[in-house]
Amino acid sequence: MIQPTQIDIDRDKGNFRYETDYQYDAGVGLREEVVQYISEVKGEDEWVRDYRLKALKTFYRKPMPTHWATKDLENIHFDKIRYYLAKGQKPSRTWEDVPDDVKETFERLGIPEQERKFLAGVEAQFDSEAAYSRMKVELEKEGVIFVGSSDGLKDHPEIFRKWFGKVIPASDNKFSALNSAVFSGGSFIYVPPGVKLAQPLQAYFRINAENFGQFERTLIIADEGAELTYMEGCTAPKFETATLHSAVVELVAMRGAKIQYITVQNWSNNVFNLVTKRAMAHEESEVRWIDCNIGSRLTMKYPGVILKGRKARGEVLSIALANDGQHQDTGAKMVHAADETTSNIIAKSISIGKGRSSYRGLVQIPGHLSNCRNNTECDALLINANSRTDTYPAITVRGNGNAVQHEASVSKLNAEQIFYMRQRGLTEAEAVSLSVNGFVNDLIREFPMEYSVELKRLIDMEMEGSVG
Amino acid sequence: MNYLEIKDLRAQIEDKEILRGLNLTIPKGEVHAIMGPNGSGKSTLSKVLAGHEDYEVTSGSAILDGEEILGMKPDAISRLGLFLAFQYPLEVPGVSIANFIRAALQGRLAENETIDAVGYYKDLYGCMDELGIDRKFTSRSVNEGFSGGEKKRCEILQMAMLKPKYCILDETDSGLDIDALKIVAKGVNQMRNPDRGILVITHYQRLLEYIIPDKVHVMWEGGIALTGGKELALELEAKGYDWVREELVA
Repeated sequence: MIQPTQIDIDRDKGNFRYETDYQYDAGVGLREEVVQYISEVKGEDEWVRDYRLKALKTFYRKPMPTHWATKDLENIHFDKIRYYLAKGQKPSRTWEDVPDDVKETFERLGIPEQERKFLAGVEAQFDSEAAYSRMKVELEKEGVIFVGSSDGLKDHPEIFRKWFGKVIPASDNKFSALNSAVFSGGSFIYVPPGVKLAQPLQAYFRINAENFGQFERTLIIADEGAELTYMEGCTAPKFETATLHSAVVELVAMRGAKIQYITVQNWSNNVFNLVTKRAMAHEESEVRWIDCNIGSRLTMKYPGVILKGRKARGEVLSIALANDGQHQDTGAKMVHAADETTSNIIAKSISIGKGRSSYRGLVQIPGHLSNCRNNTECDALLINANSRTDTYPAITVRGNGNAVQHEASVSKLNAEQIFYMRQRGLTEAEAVSLSVNGFVNDLIREFPMEYSVELKRLIDMEMEGSVG
Repeated sequence: MNYLEIKDLRAQIEDKEILRGLNLTIPKGEVHAIMGPNGSGKSTLSKVLAGHEDYEVTSGSAILDGEEILGMKPDAISRLGLFLAFQYPLEVPGVSIANFIRAALQGRLAENETIDAVGYYKDLYGCMDELGIDRKFTSRSVNEGFSGGEKKRCEILQMAMLKPKYCILDETDSGLDIDALKIVAKGVNQMRNPDRGILVITHYQRLLEYIIPDKVHVMWEGGIALTGGKELALELEAKGYDWVREELVA
């Protein structure tokens, strides 16, 4: 029997902190008591607890998606995972324990001292309250709600309950069910009608261990005509001892709203990153996912948009980089459900060494709709002879008034091109890096400036040692 | 010290010997031309000197200002001051001309030095104006979708920016109309100076009407068969390469 022993919530720090001060541990393995316990610790309402428990049953029932993706999923041992770990129970690690190559990476990426410790897992919390409270004041003036998932459900059920679990039902897949049962952390955001946020909202500003947690839950609602950009993750590698990460991110764009969601994923290479991301786009709204996957052992992630209202627009821009020992199984889903909806998918992947990248795309335009358009482009670049890429497009387009365009290419790094670049004085590694940067350049340009600069540097670093 | 000196150079690709004991010296301040029929080894010579790894050098030496370059990596040879204008310049998708040349220049600096952006663009635009290249070109991807003439002009632009000690132009005239040829030749002539040696490889005499060489060499079966003044090019044009064969047999 698990009993909460101590509750210590520091309310002075504002809404933006999670319950990381709990000295709790939900134990190993996934049982009903664990879910009960998490809900109890978080002080949740009954409906949330019931939702969790129901999701747990769904999780047990759902099969693993082993056969359509990769056998590597069989290596996840659900009974050995801790599903809720508060700060006090984090495995302790000192800066001296952090491997030198990791420190060097931070150095070269120019990560501030304070953040390095957090990213290396030495500290559970990165204190950015100053930058944060300024932002908070601005947002509150506009009526924007930007809180953690637990606070969102507790303090603003009238706003979040309506959409929570509606874009991605717990039963969507085994991992969305898992997340629905044990979620903690993540961001809940509501932007009122007509409010256009000039500055991107960044999860990074409120970094703490749970925000980068294993089972984060994010729900963003942009009300009519509202606009926002949300940025998740950072280019710096995030070192984790937990091996399973399974987030659920739901976006709701009401009529005429615009949401841009930017992710840079750079988990350490022991992590299974199995994420469900989907948006509901109402009439004349626009949703754009920009998704960049560099880290993890296996990522399976296909951000999607349900184009529910007339003239809604969905877009996925995806960059994946798979190095030795990595499999990036990424792509997009576009479900057209109204007339005159348009969608655009551009996916670029780079496979280095024995890395494997897969593109998986689903586009559906049913026959009763008219004037729908989809454009899909997926390009893969193979760096070494043993690199691997696969493309699995699933496009169902019916009806006469709809159009779809699909282009795919696979290219190998051209030896003569590298020789040409070296003849101008670039080393082999510089030439390969520049070529790879060129390959993804048009997509990287879509990232906010500071991300794109860091991304380029990161790609350079990933390319090192891949040649010669 | 002030020359590129090639001695008894032998090189092969996939066990087929292409260069068979070639001797050639290009002093700084001179323009030399190599002419020769297809298959005589002209392009191989330029690639071997640039350090292309598909070719195996079996004997000989190539000394650039006192340093042996055979066996060096292509980028090291480049940084030492040898520039090769390619017969078929490669496309580098997604990399702009401005960024490409900048990366090449950056590679020549010490690790803690960076290029002054203002000065760089001033130089770049200056060179582009001289070569009649539209400034909008700087943001285009290197050689991607370029016409033949644009590619060759882009080569000369890179050459002008990198300021090499020795330039090799491999059939730069191929695929150019007369106007493009004149522009390219003008660019090369502007690069002539006492501190630079230039080697022009060409199949036709036409280019040499615009770039007047100090010496003309005729390449034949992997070696230099004849050497003469600029009039040799005209003689060759008039009599054809069969004449060389007869001369050699005689």
